[in-house]
Formats: sequence, structure tokens, C-alpha cells
Amino acid sequence: MTEMVYGSVARGAGQPILPRWWRTIDRVSLLCVFLLFAIGLLLGLAASPPLAERNGLAPFHYYNRQVLFGTLAMLVLLAFTMMSPRLVRRLGVIGFAFGFVALALLPFFGTDYGKGAVRWYSLGFGSFQPSEFLKPGFVVTAAWLIAASQEINGPPGRIYSLVLALLTAGILVAQPDLGQAALFLFSWGLLYFVSGGAIAPLFGLLGAVVGAGLVAYRSYEHFARRIDGFLSGQVEPNTQIGYAINAIREGGFFGVGVGEGQVKWSLPDAHTDFIIAVAAEEYGLALVLLILLLFVIITLRALVRLMRERDPFIRLAGTGLIGMFATQALINAGVAVRLLPAKGMTLPFVSYGGSSIIATGIMMGMLLALTRSRPQGEIGDLLIGRRR
Amino acid sequence: MSRAAVRVPLRPLSRILAARRRGEDPAAIERENLRRRHEQMRDRTRRRAEGRLLALGALFVLAFFVVGLRMGMLAASDPQEPRASAGGGSAIIAQRADILDRNGRILATNLVTNALYAQPPLMVDKEAAARELARIFPDLDEADLLKKFTSGRKFIWLKRRISPEQQQLVHDIGDPGLLFGPREMRLYPNGRLAAHVLGGAGFGREGVHAAEIVGVAGVEKTFDAYLRDPARNGQPLQLSLDLTIQAAAERVLAGGMKLFGARGAAAVLMDVRSGEILALVSLPDFDPNSRPAPPVRGPAADSPLFNRALQGVYELGSVFKPLTIALALDSGLVRTDTMIDTGGPLRWGRFTIRDFRDYGDRLSVDKVVIKSSNIGTARIAQQIGAERLRGFFSRLGLLEPTPLELIEAPGARPLWPRKWSEISTMTVAYGHGIAVSPVHLAAAYATLVNGGTLVRPTLVRKEGPVAPGPRVLSPETSRRIAQILRRVVTEGTASLAEVPGYRVGGKTGTADKPKERGGGYYEDRVIATFASVFPVPDPRYVLVVTLDEPEDATGEEVRRTAGWTAVPVAAEMIRRIAPLLGLRPDVEQGAPDRLTLTSN
Repeated sequence: MTEMVYGSVARGAGQPILPRWWRTIDRVSLLCVFLLFAIGLLLGLAASPPLAERNGLAPFHYYNRQVLFGTLAMLVLLAFTMMSPRLVRRLGVIGFAFGFVALALLPFFGTDYGKGAVRWYSLGFGSFQPSEFLKPGFVVTAAWLIAASQEINGPPGRIYSLVLALLTAGILVAQPDLGQAALFLFSWGLLYFVSGGAIAPLFGLLGAVVGAGLVAYRSYEHFARRIDGFLSGQVEPNTQIGYAINAIREGGFFGVGVGEGQVKWSLPDAHTDFIIAVAAEEYGLALVLLILLLFVIITLRALVRLMRERDPFIRLAGTGLIGMFATQALINAGVAVRLLPAKGMTLPFVSYGGSSIIATGIMMGMLLALTRSRPQGEIGDLLIGRRR
Repeated sequence: MSRAAVRVPLRPLSRILAARRRGEDPAAIERENLRRRHEQMRDRTRRRAEGRLLALGALFVLAFFVVGLRMGMLAASDPQEPRASAGGGSAIIAQRADILDRNGRILATNLVTNALYAQPPLMVDKEAAARELARIFPDLDEADLLKKFTSGRKFIWLKRRISPEQQQLVHDIGDPGLLFGPREMRLYPNGRLAAHVLGGAGFGREGVHAAEIVGVAGVEKTFDAYLRDPARNGQPLQLSLDLTIQAAAERVLAGGMKLFGARGAAAVLMDVRSGEILALVSLPDFDPNSRPAPPVRGPAADSPLFNRALQGVYELGSVFKPLTIALALDSGLVRTDTMIDTGGPLRWGRFTIRDFRDYGDRLSVDKVVIKSSNIGTARIAQQIGAERLRGFFSRLGLLEPTPLELIEAPGARPLWPRKWSEISTMTVAYGHGIAVSPVHLAAAYATLVNGGTLVRPTLVRKEGPVAPGPRVLSPETSRRIAQILRRVVTEGTASLAEVPGYRVGGKTGTADKPKERGGGYYEDRVIATFASVFPVPDPRYVLVVTLDEPEDATGEEVRRTAGWTAVPVAAEMIRRIAPLLGLRPDVEQGAPDRLTLTSN
């Protein structure tokens, strides 16, 4: 009886894997992810040929790569969704360890591809950005530590995880990659918030980040220019933002038509950071709202599912993963409409990018693995009411 | 284990004791207790997390909603190019305030005209329309028009400004695809008058139904925001210029320029107390209604757009002498009757200072100015010293751009020796080695003769009496200088400046022009300047007249000095404008009339 109520034994032996997977996976979210990927391919058809042309490659060079990497990412995603939470946790922690070492070794073995920040390993056929892969690993590790701290006699996991977050952020700031550093701190804050921590230290963290931002404003000319550009209130028509905004305006509600868009020819990052501008120009507000809606659905479904979750580790890890996912989407879209200062952040599953799409696949795979439906002891609630 | 055991509540403890008594294993009960407590704790954190997750979800949805809303707003707004169906976007405010002279006469105003555009999808007969348009507007090409109309474009600007007659002719074509957008255009009804002050205006942002007029030069640009400010409700800008005086000054100056074959000329008339400029002329000029394009070749100074009175910084020569003498008198170094050694030539290092003529070995201070002795002035400057002279010129504003309300003013930087050596002091004292604009000079003279208070030149009309500026000279010095200037006319180099009844005083200046490519000065090209004040002894106005390369070839030898060129022009100008200024001629009282005044 106890076992039945508290769900320590969830399955009978010998249940076939695929039917059980199909029964417990969040099929709507999975569909949304596939839709996003399909939209990304559709937009890639429009956005990547100009880039290929600029780099002197076959017109669909980048598109083919996106199909390849995207398919790979979908397979990785599916593989991860089949894992048990325990396996996810183990892989996440191991991945974090590897990723952290890779990140720390970047200054010695990495390359900057002429962009001024050493963030990549060159693998010959493609590049590998450790910070992308570190994200899911970090979230899982931090969630594990914090969840452990909630056990009786558990370790002080909050402090440990904060130290990890600060270390990672410190390495990222040194690259410099201020945006990713802020994202890591933000995801830690999210975990802390959901784990039931007091609110006041969060404000302390926020203050520290703002202070660090001010220091960065003083010391990084690149960063200062972006912030100034954002604060000036005036959109320079010949900047990326200017092009993006004009493209959105040009597109109106239903777009200028497939292939008719102009912004992809003038924007160097049309296929990554400003993919949403391409979408807005060619297909109009309709497609943009659809993309946003898909993100909202994925986010909300995950959060609602996690509200019912009893296992603190699953709840925290899931929150961290979905939080990072949604934040990344929000930052990308927010930059394109100039609600946020310019920050290179890809739109998950939609933007082009080899390592980033696979990393996002891992992240989403882990999330869907964690949100698979499991018995949550609701019967207990129903039968005896909430214990106070 | 020990800590947990200590914190186990009492009731389970009693259960444990009871179990022990029964001989059962209490460990299971303890484990069960622990598990329960753990379960309770988990429930508590889960309930808290539930609330926080809900808040998080709401936050994310809100953020996505804001991004979506912003996208929608952007998508609903117009891109930045004209669209046939107007509406949306910020309205273009076409109300630009008028510019008036000091008496309320219009210098610049607006006129409603129309711009012509075509919307080919609405056109009925494109061939006929192209043919007719080419007939009405000779500068449009029929084949080119037809190509534009059939190119699939939806919107084409044809003409920016068309006259009512042309509009009627286009109406007569009767094609529904030819449309008009109202356009306000800036009109300068007086044509070339005060062209350099007004500057000109052009179109800024342009929509279909309105276009913004923006100033491109002169006061139109300086006061651009002010003239367009909707809060001011079209209230006009009143300048200090007087239209009639400006017109008279331009007329006389143009005549003088022609008479002496000068390349250019400038005149500035200023009120000595308020610094208001009543006339500012620079010739050659242009028509601000159709402002010429700035020159791409040749020196900018040859363009009619160049404002010689303000932008032209010239070495003005002997007109600087009264400034130096004023400082010497004011600081008590000399008195007007102090004798100065003028034996020459004066050698200083490798420089030699000569006078135009030999004025003998000694001259009194006033005679130094009246005869215009370079040597005498240089010697006085030596007594004054470099620092003091420079400080004095700096106080007079001769070393900085003028604060005049023209967009060109800050660019008109005086040229003066950065390394102010003793020889610089000596030459600057008589106006060589320092180049300033006629406006600078007029302001300095105003300060000199208005009782000694600093004057800031301005083009905006001042209401009521102006509070005097900081004191630069004593009233006594100011009075003495005015008298010396008067004697320059009565017994010195400017004898042609005598205008009966207005007691003109002044100082001439003739400076050799420096060669454009450097390397010394021309022998036969001068800048002739006459800085005049009237009426002495209590001058009200300063008039500076400058001629660029004047020549008087009517005599036996070619005469270029200011006394023969700038002075008669200035005298004629004063004769014409003094009555317009409301000055009463001071005709000497003869014997009383024999008439008996009666009234009936």
C-alpha cells in the first residue's frame, strides 16, 4: 500500500519501452519542438543562401548543414527523452564536469574565429562551443546539489551550486561572453527561487550583477557601445537592429511573400540572431506570433507539469532547463524588436548553428525526459487531503 | 542519526518506548517517523514551489506577450518610406514660423504649393500621361516617364514643387493616377536682401501629404528647432535687422563695389549699446529662394554663399590702432598729448616697420592715430607689453569666434599668433598678423565708443533697453577715443567721410592681402576697411565697410587706400541710412530767421 501511494515502484517489469515512452511523454511539447525545427528549416531556406553567397559556397551549403545537424539534434533529443531521471542526472553531472574542463581550457586550445572572443573549439568539420553544452549540465548539477540540500542531513547544496555558477560565470566573463555569464547566474537564481529560498539574497545577486554590468560598461568598449546604442532611443537605420526593425515593419501582418524579403541580404546575422526578423519580413506577424506561441506552449506545459512534481530534483532541474530555454528565446526575440540591448543569442531550434542546435536538443531532451508523467501520489492528496 | 533522534517529537517517542516495552524493534518506527517527517518537509517545499512556479509561468507568459505585442506594434507601423495610403507614423509638422525684421516686415514666410506624384496602378492612359507631362514640364523626358510608369512601381515622385498654373495643366490631363501632395515652401519675398543672414531652407523628412522644411544655413538653421517648435504656435522670430536700412546699405555697397572694381564687399551696421546688427551685407550675394549649391572647386571665399562680413577673417590693418591707443590711454601709460618717437624705419630683429609716409621724428599720441603711424603705434604697444595687449583683445572678443546667432559664426575663428612674441605685439597693434571678421571689428568699436562697456553682437531684436555689459574701458577713455576718431575725419586720412550734420568719426585701414599659397603679401591687392562711428561725441552706431581688392583708377596713379575707396562708400551709406535711423542732422545754427512764427 505504501509503495503504491508514494510511487516508489512505478512500473511493472517487462513493460515494452516504446509504448511506455509514448504513453508518458509530453506529446504536445514534442510536437511543438518539431514544429519549431520545421519553421527553422523553412526560414533557413530563405536566410542562409545570402550567407553562403557571401562566403563563396554553394547556395544551400548552410541549409544542408542545418538539416544534417538539426536531424542529429532531433535524434539526440529523442534519445534523451527515453532516459530515466537518474540517468539524466548522471549524464548531466558528467557532462558538466567535461564541459567545465573544456571551458577552462578554452584560452589554451580554443579559437576566436576572428570575432574577438575565444569561445570555440575548431573541430575541422565544425565548431564546438563548450558553454552551449555546459548549460544543461550545469542546470542538472545545480538542481542535484540543491535538491540534496533539502534532504535531512543533506549537504549545503545551495552554496556549492552558487560557487559552481560563479566559477562558470567568471570563466565566461574572462572570454569575454557577458551574456552567457548572466544566463548562468540567472538560471541559478531561478533554481534558488523555486527551491524555496529567501527572496532577499536574490536581490543581492541582482545588485551584484548590475554592479558587474557597470564595471563591464566601463571596461569593455564593445559592451558599452551596445548599451549606449540601446539607451540612445534612436534606431540608427544602418545597424543590425535598424534593419531588423524595418524588416518587421516591412512585413506587416502577412509578410511581403516567400523569398521577397530584403533583410537577409543586408544582415550578417540574419540566419542566427535575427532569424525572427527574416520570419517577420517574409511571412509577417502571423508566423512570428506562431513561433512565440509555440515557445509559450512548451514553457507553460513544462511549468504546469513541474508544479505537480514531487521529486525536488526533477522539479528543480526541469525548471532550470525550461527557464534557460525560454529565456534564450525571449532574449533573441526581445533584441530583434529592440526591447533589449543587442546580444547575440540564438533562437532555440529555429536559428542556424551546429553546436547550438545539438546542445538545445540535449537540453530539451532532458526536460522532456524529466517531465514524462509518473505517479505523483495524487491519490494520497485526494484521499486524506493536504496535510498541514 | 543522533541529531534526528533528538528532534523526534514526543508522541512517537512514547510509541518507541511502548514498543520497547513490548519487545519490538523500535528502529522501524524511527525510520517510519523519519520518513514521515521527510515527506512533510517535501510537501511543504512542494507547495511553496508550486506557488513560485506559478509566478514564474506568469512572468514568462507576460514576457512573451510583451515581445509579441511589440512585434505587433512594429508590424502595424509604417516602414520608413512613403506609402500611398498615408496614416500611421508620426505626423510631419509643416508649420514653420515666419522671420520678421525689427519693424515687423516679413523676411521669410511660407507658401503652399503642391508636389506631383504618380501612382501607376491607378493610371488610365500611361502613354498619354507621359506625353502630356513631358509637354508641361520640359525637364521631364517622355520615354523615361513611360518606363517608370510601366516598371511596376506603385509610387513615383515626379516634381517636388509645381506652380498653380502647372497644377491646373496636370489636372487637365485628367488622369486619376496623377496626384498632388500639398507642400509648404519657404519664401523669401525680398529676394536677395539679407540673404546671408537668412541662409535658406530645404526639405527634410518627406511624406506624401506634407514635408518638413528645415533650415540649411544662416538664422534658418540656427533657429531651426525654435522656428519649428509647435509649442510656440507659429509665433514669428524677430531679427534686429531693419529691412529698409539693409536695402539701402546693400544698394550703396553694390554701387561702391562696382565703382572700385572690388571682388567683394561687406558692411556691418551695429547699435553700439545693444550690439544689435541693423544691417549685415556681404557681396556678391545669392537668392535664398533658390540657394546655389556649395562650390566644389576654388576657394570657398569666392562663392556667393560665403558671408564676408562674418566668415571672412581678414587682416584689417590700421583700424586696430584706436584699440591699442585706447588701452594705452586707459591704463595711464600715455596721454593724448604725449609725444611718441616715430622716427623710422623701426627695426626689430629681422623685421622692419615702416610708415606709409614719413611723419617726422615725433608725433603726439592722437596724431599717431590721425596720421596712422605704424611706428608710433608699435612703440606704444611695446610700452603696453604683450600680455596686456593680448588680454585686452581677448576681452574685446577679438580672439574668439563671435557669438552671433548664425550657424556659420562658430566656424569664423580669428587668426592670431599662437606664439605671441614681442614683434607680434608690435604688428598686431596696428592690425597686422591678426585676422578678424568685420563683425568682430564692429563689436570692438562699439565697445570702444559706447562708454567702454562690452558689446555682444546679436541678430535678434532686443526688447527695451539693454543692460550694459562688463566695463572694459573707462567712460573718459571712450570719450577721448571718439574724439580722436572724429579728428581722423576732420584732419586725417578719412576726410571723404564727412557727412554734413552727422559728425562721423572713424579710422581707415588698408592691408595688403596675403597670397593664397603663402609666401608673403601681394603688392597690388588690398583689403580696404573703414570703421566709422556716428554721431560724435556720443556715437550711437558703428558702421564697418570692407572692400576686397578695390582700385580707384580715376586719378593719375591707381589709388587703393581705404581713404579713397572704403571711406567714400561708407560716407554715402551713412548719408542714406542716417535719416532712416531717425538721427536728426545737426546743422549749424545760423542767424535766427527773420520770419515771425504765428499761428492762427
